[in-house]
Amino acid sequence: MSAVPEFARRYDTLVVGGGNAALCAAISARRAGASVLVLEGAPRFYRGGNTRHTRNMRCVHDSATAFLTGPYSEEEFWDDLLHVTGGRTDEELARLMIRRSRDMLGWIAEQGVRFQPSLGGTLSLGRTNAFFLGGGRAMLNALYRTAEDLGVVIAYESEVIGLDIADGRFESALVHRDGVRHTVRAATLVAAAGGFEANLEWLKEHWGEPADNFLIRGTPYNRGTVLRMLLDCGVEAVGDPTQCHAVAIDARAPKFDGGIITRLDCVVFGIVVNRDARRFHDEGEDFWPKRYAIWGRLVAAQPDQIAYILFDAKSRDLFMPSLYPPVEAATPGELAERLGLDPAALERTVAEFNAAVRPGTFDHTVLDDCRTEGLSPPKSHWARRLDTPPFYAYPVRPGITFTYLGTRVDGDARMRMADGKPAANMFAAGEIMAGNVLGRGYAAGIGMTIGSVFGRIAGQEAASHARN
Amino acid sequence: MHATDALNEADRLMTVCNSCRYCEGLCAVFPAMELRRTFTAGDLNYLANLCHSCGACFDDCQFAPPHAFAVNVPQTLASVRAESYRAYAWPRALAGAFDRNGLVIAVVAALSVAAFILGFAALNDPAVLLGAHSGPGAFYRLMPHNAMAALFGAAFLYAIVAMAMGLRAFLRDAGTPGRAAPTGVSLWQAVRDAGRLRYLDGGGVGCVNADERPTDRRRLFHHLTFYGFLLCFAATSVATLYHYLLGRVAPYPWYDVPVLLGSAGGLGLMVGTAGLLAAKWRRRPELRDDARFGMDAAFLAMLFLTAATGMALLVLRATPAMGVLLALHLGVVFALFITMPYGKFVHGLYRFAALVRYAGELGRI
Repeated sequence: MSAVPEFARRYDTLVVGGGNAALCAAISARRAGASVLVLEGAPRFYRGGNTRHTRNMRCVHDSATAFLTGPYSEEEFWDDLLHVTGGRTDEELARLMIRRSRDMLGWIAEQGVRFQPSLGGTLSLGRTNAFFLGGGRAMLNALYRTAEDLGVVIAYESEVIGLDIADGRFESALVHRDGVRHTVRAATLVAAAGGFEANLEWLKEHWGEPADNFLIRGTPYNRGTVLRMLLDCGVEAVGDPTQCHAVAIDARAPKFDGGIITRLDCVVFGIVVNRDARRFHDEGEDFWPKRYAIWGRLVAAQPDQIAYILFDAKSRDLFMPSLYPPVEAATPGELAERLGLDPAALERTVAEFNAAVRPGTFDHTVLDDCRTEGLSPPKSHWARRLDTPPFYAYPVRPGITFTYLGTRVDGDARMRMADGKPAANMFAAGEIMAGNVLGRGYAAGIGMTIGSVFGRIAGQEAASHARN
Repeated sequence: MHATDALNEADRLMTVCNSCRYCEGLCAVFPAMELRRTFTAGDLNYLANLCHSCGACFDDCQFAPPHAFAVNVPQTLASVRAESYRAYAWPRALAGAFDRNGLVIAVVAALSVAAFILGFAALNDPAVLLGAHSGPGAFYRLMPHNAMAALFGAAFLYAIVAMAMGLRAFLRDAGTPGRAAPTGVSLWQAVRDAGRLRYLDGGGVGCVNADERPTDRRRLFHHLTFYGFLLCFAATSVATLYHYLLGRVAPYPWYDVPVLLGSAGGLGLMVGTAGLLAAKWRRRPELRDDARFGMDAAFLAMLFLTAATGMALLVLRATPAMGVLLALHLGVVFALFITMPYGKFVHGLYRFAALVRYAGELGRI
């Protein structure tokens, strides 16, 4: 027997996790008549996992709206998904998600979430992505209010440390709260507890010691414990276990939860060097939104997992501001000293780069003709000499956004067991199953689409299973 | 580095917010912030006075305390705002009135009331002070009309001059750079934005106050207060015209325009200020600027007392209580006038000026 009243009864649906997918599942299950308990491992302020750091979702819509500048068709969404994943997606599930995303903007709005036009600096997403008024935490607050009003029971700081699963059937969860263990029973389980990006030990299994130098962009609570328990209980895995979405973020960011404000959008305006003051990749390969996600892995491959973005006064105001000011100096040599790099080596790298820059017409809004010649690696666009003091630098490290490993599900968001059979009463939604649709890569706002669409489906299916 | 801790903190926060921008749909502060990459003290004072303290950005912020970035925009801008009132005060010697504002205003109010009661008692026979009067000119048996008009005219004029000087200081510090004159369009936009408190609305969801639910009624109570104040002002203006143009002398019958306007305004003021005061009391600690609680409460209390004594005077004007009530009412109104430039009243002035600048910066939106 449990001393905590909300843990004493048996629920129709137990939702593990507290982000967008979890709340969409809880709300849709409750609206379908189920009694619902949400177990959020984090304290109340940190509720919602990485949804706290999101700001938009990508949904199909047939025409412009008050917040979206034009239509976004199913076919176009599918093309975009195919492009970013390089085909590593379950087409049936992906097309289902895309089709169902059409209703999501309306459904989410019915749950109290408000939208606004795209934010400053994100004009490229104004047509495809609907932005939450006030951002992801505002969205979460609205979902939690709605869930509470509907009678969903929510328990914070309640970590699931064990799952009783036999033959693909969920019986109960072991919950740790305030130093006490409780057994919580429910007819159905919806796992929406995210990935394992905040679990450095797990990351090290694949990345080795370099993972110690990774920064985690979001919540410290996404440790993947539920994912691991499910896989250990015989649920089929999906997605590359070695991969994670990593971008280059300010090296001065806190270990966890630095969020959007530590990102840096200035790679294309300068050069990037490693600890040895050498360049290692074409900084002007393509538009930044298409390339930012490769730089985490590039920096992870450098010695000590650190790199430095260098630019000069010409570019200072061309990109979105970020939290920490750049390191500043009158000459590249002085800058090297401030950064703890070899001044002679950095001066040589800058001189070689400057000598290789061909004349061109700089325009950061197109793939311009400013490029280097005879330099390896080249800079293909937006190459301008670093010659206007002051010179600036941002130190960067790999910032991990999310992981791809997840649980296999079918179109009802029902988990599939490793033996190919569907789980009896277990469903999954959100990042924990995103790998079904998103085998690799990322397109802005797609994580929220996966969470909302599969969360809603998982809630409905769980409720209908529990009530039959 | 800026001159005060509050400005330094505001500068830090605007750097955080400018890197995030998730809140830009909530109000005017964030779009105005986005036009800048660095922030002078004048910029921060402008943004602080643009903030309506709706609180939405606090609950929406993923970096709010207990997060290490400790972003609390409403509270920080409230401190900056209050400091700016002090900085713009005229004459400079009276800037200290903002430091213990509640106490200062309470003392001034008490002294004013006492002065009127003692003055009436000294100048009049006790039979006059404590007698019942009726008919036109009843009030002026206690204090001659010309004396009343001269005293309150002077107090009002002083308040206007002092506040105009404060506004001038604000415009020099935080007004449009280069001091381009506001256009008719930006003025009209600001009138509309201020008139409906467009930015006390959490971007359309509503504001938060006592808890995290956007059920705040401050916008309604502020409307009652502000429009109540305007109705009272209109009542006084009409009465002035009656007196000088038509030769009609107060008090007026209950159905006459000044009494109707004044009664409606007085009721609005009483309900509005009581509501705002209660909301202030219940406001979550993390959204409050406790150092300025006295200033806000004193101003609301003065408006409430102005309305309450006026209403009491209206109801009891034919009874022997009239003399004392008149002294009470005039004392409170006099104190309200002379403390206006040194209390919360100035928020309306600077916020309106900030809205004008915002409309000029962002265009008609």
